Amino acid sequence: MSGLVVGHLQVRAGKSTILDDVSCSAPAGKITGLIGPNGAGKSTLIGAVVGLRPTARGEVTFEGRTLLGLPPAERARLLAHVEQAATTTERLRVRDVVRLGRIPFQSTWQATPSTEDEAIVEDAIGELGIAPFAGRLYHSLSGGEQQRVQLARALAQQPRLLLLDEPTSHLDIEAQLRVLGLLRRRAAAGCTVLVALHDLNLAARFCDHLVVLQQGRVAAEGRPADVLTAALLRDVYRVHAMVSTPAGSSHPHVIYDDVIDASGTSKSG
Amino acid sequence: MASRPASFLAYTGLWVLVIISVVIAVTFGPAKISPAEVWGSLLHHLGLGETSLSPLRDAIVWELRMPRVLAALGIGAGLALSGTVMQVLTRNPLADPFLLGLSSGAALGAVTFLLIGAALLMPVGAFIGSVTALALALSIATLLGGATPSRAILAGICIAAVASALTSLLIFWSATGDSYREILSWLLGSLSGTTWGDAGIVGLSLVLCSPLILLSGRGLDAFAFGESGAIGLGIDIGRLRWTLLGATALLTGIMVAIGGAIGFVGLVVPHMVRLVVGSRHRVLLPTSMLVGALFMLWSDTAARSLFDPRELPVGIVTALIGAPVFLLILLRYRQVT
Repeated sequence: MSGLVVGHLQVRAGKSTILDDVSCSAPAGKITGLIGPNGAGKSTLIGAVVGLRPTARGEVTFEGRTLLGLPPAERARLLAHVEQAATTTERLRVRDVVRLGRIPFQSTWQATPSTEDEAIVEDAIGELGIAPFAGRLYHSLSGGEQQRVQLARALAQQPRLLLLDEPTSHLDIEAQLRVLGLLRRRAAAGCTVLVALHDLNLAARFCDHLVVLQQGRVAAEGRPADVLTAALLRDVYRVHAMVSTPAGSSHPHVIYDDVIDASGTSKSG
Repeated sequence: MASRPASFLAYTGLWVLVIISVVIAVTFGPAKISPAEVWGSLLHHLGLGETSLSPLRDAIVWELRMPRVLAALGIGAGLALSGTVMQVLTRNPLADPFLLGLSSGAALGAVTFLLIGAALLMPVGAFIGSVTALALALSIATLLGGATPSRAILAGICIAAVASALTSLLIFWSATGDSYREILSWLLGSLSGTTWGDAGIVGLSLVLCSPLILLSGRGLDAFAFGESGAIGLGIDIGRLRWTLLGATALLTGIMVAIGGAIGFVGLVVPHMVRLVVGSRHRVLLPTSMLVGALFMLWSDTAARSLFDPRELPVGIVTALIGAPVFLLILLRYRQVT
């Protein structure tokens, strides 16, 4: 089945165009990595799919249904979003933050979470390994702990489409691998995952499909082994790098060398 | 998390406390009347029994003190609800109808209508004033470079200063003698001379607005991580924001039209309640409403009996309690302001 399909999407902010004619897809039940240098439009693309940013043109469909224009509540029962950093001034305990994920499924008149809600919340807390600090206040946690709590909240929404904006940026290496492993299991269970990542080796290791953005346009799309090439790194990231695929592995590995200066040659070269 | 029976017990306890407080607060005053006599009069007027009081003493209970006590309850409940909602919608722990300039705006609107001879339309004037002040405060804060908590407060101070100056000017031009003194004491916040009509308007505005607010707990919870968090959780933020800002401006406007610019209730009460019950609005909103009612009732009882026979404007009592708490909140949230 088709997963997320973005067609000719344009997003503007005032007079400038942030995304221009972006067409790409995130196949169902796979992890799609969204990569590209700072300011390429990764967060904007995710924000447009979630409904945070108005789109000027184009369409977004998921499993054949159009997402743009879907009532907010219906969209929140279909997809969940994890922001790069989420802060609050409220006195919320970690468990209460995860409980927020059940809001799309609750009625206006419901005063307390149902038994089913509570079971789903506890599952999500267990899956992220955040039970030891589930009773602590959210704002007292480190950035990495907060990211895991937000991911647990997203899982509590039981989404069919999961959109994550750099979910590993504040995590140590062990936690990064754990989170990406978790996304793998979710994808295997049928969830479509679109994740913006900075670390190309993590992207190569965990993603089935990559979309490369550059200055608001799609520069490349496809399997990691096809997309991640020395030529792409030179053109999009402006760095010299070697890309090799270790024997017995299907994941390419990137070794950075140096930046390319204005004249187009390597500084050290 | 408080379990269902525990929160049910807490609500029941607060309601019982409200009823006991009403009966006791009515006994305060120059004419000595016992709680049992107040209870008897209350039942009599509800058609449930005979009162032992003489008609004169019964009138003191029922015509003089009861409307004032009930108006105090309603105004406290309304201001506490307004404060809670504003703190969430503006993501500003310091938001309060008084500090954002709504109260001064409402006072200006109310005095304008009073002086042009439309005393009956005072609540309408107060509503127009409070909506205008809120819109101005938020747009000035945005002009300053984004509506952060401290910018919103600075804009609110600016608006409050202009509105107060204009109000004083209007009074200076048009009022004389007694009405001058009366308006001044009302500007400081005073429930002196409250009638059943006033209490009725307060009650009606609560009946109209509080269900809208109390049923928005789910949406307000979703605002914990700002607008994008709320959209991600499926909240129609445009509709929620306008409904709630409209309801709070109406509540604040009416409360100011009746009680004057009573400050700090909307700030102090939600913060105290949050410390105990946390930030889940489905619990926080009804609890704040009841605690706000109690806080206002006892502040007003103190205002009218501490220096008997002279009466303090109740706004002075709430400011004496509220300003130090405001400082504590400033210190607590210094990283986000």
